[in-house]
Amino acid sequence: MNPIDDIDRAIIAATQGGLPLTSSPYEEVANEIGVSGDEVMQRMQRMLENGIIRRIGAVPNHYALGFRGNGMTVWDVDDKRAQEIGRQIGQLDFVSHAYLRPRHAPEWTYNLFAMAHGRDRAEVYAKADIIRALLGEDCRSGDILFSTRILKKTGLRLVS
Amino acid sequence: MNNVNSIELDQTDRTIINVLQGGFPICAHPYAQVAKDLGLEEDDLIARLQRLKECGALSRFGPMYHAERLGGGLTLAAMKVAEDDFERVNEIVNAFPEVAHNYARDHEFSMWFVLATETPQRIQETLAEIETATGIKVYDMPKSEEFFIGLRLEL
Repeated sequence: MNPIDDIDRAIIAATQGGLPLTSSPYEEVANEIGVSGDEVMQRMQRMLENGIIRRIGAVPNHYALGFRGNGMTVWDVDDKRAQEIGRQIGQLDFVSHAYLRPRHAPEWTYNLFAMAHGRDRAEVYAKADIIRALLGEDCRSGDILFSTRILKKTGLRLVS
Repeated sequence: MNNVNSIELDQTDRTIINVLQGGFPICAHPYAQVAKDLGLEEDDLIARLQRLKECGALSRFGPMYHAERLGGGLTLAAMKVAEDDFERVNEIVNAFPEVAHNYARDHEFSMWFVLATETPQRIQETLAEIETATGIKVYDMPKSEEFFIGLRLEL
């Protein structure tokens, strides 16, 4: 566990919605919570190094960018090869995220999840074929689950 | 949902989206530094990011925190919900504050939601509570490994 203190929590609370779009964003966060800009930068650097911050950057909205086909492709791949395959999937431009997850056999036999994006469903099917070809003999079966509705999207509230 | 056709991106916008998914510097004037690398003016970069957020092309810009490393619990869970029972179950599931996202998908496993809890223990408790409240089995699928890639737009 990486302990965080009250100042870290204040930084997280001030930035979980986004970083200010001003010339000195860290300084602005610092002013908001009553510490120095250097302190905010040092602490965020430390949180980045120990993985509390995954990364700082932009999160694109696939749908708004014209990617109307958003399919969760799922695959049953050899556990021994899953790590390497996950990294290979990472070479593909149209996959935004990939995960390994536990199976629930016999109802759910898929352990590799890759989110594939295309202009429409046909494009996602074509891209799933590319993934399937890449997986080759290491893949026993696969499927695509298209999202039909967003039922709830409140986002993660990390600290309040 | 946003009107997709209203979002006009030029080459520079696309480059900004591609580049800034990978990371952003921590320094006194980070936008100036990134702008310099991209051959832009700082003001132009900031104005473009503002516009990309406002038009919905970017849903967020800033630090992405790791919920589990902050001491919280996080998982993806799925349920097989029959179509004629969907609204009832949806209402029950969404009422849990621990449910951060919930998606309908066209599959026998028709409901997929992300749970975020203050402690790892709360995950199992919440899943059990959802099972009891709905009378439907919940399949817990926490990630064991993540490969982040990002989305690259064609230039």
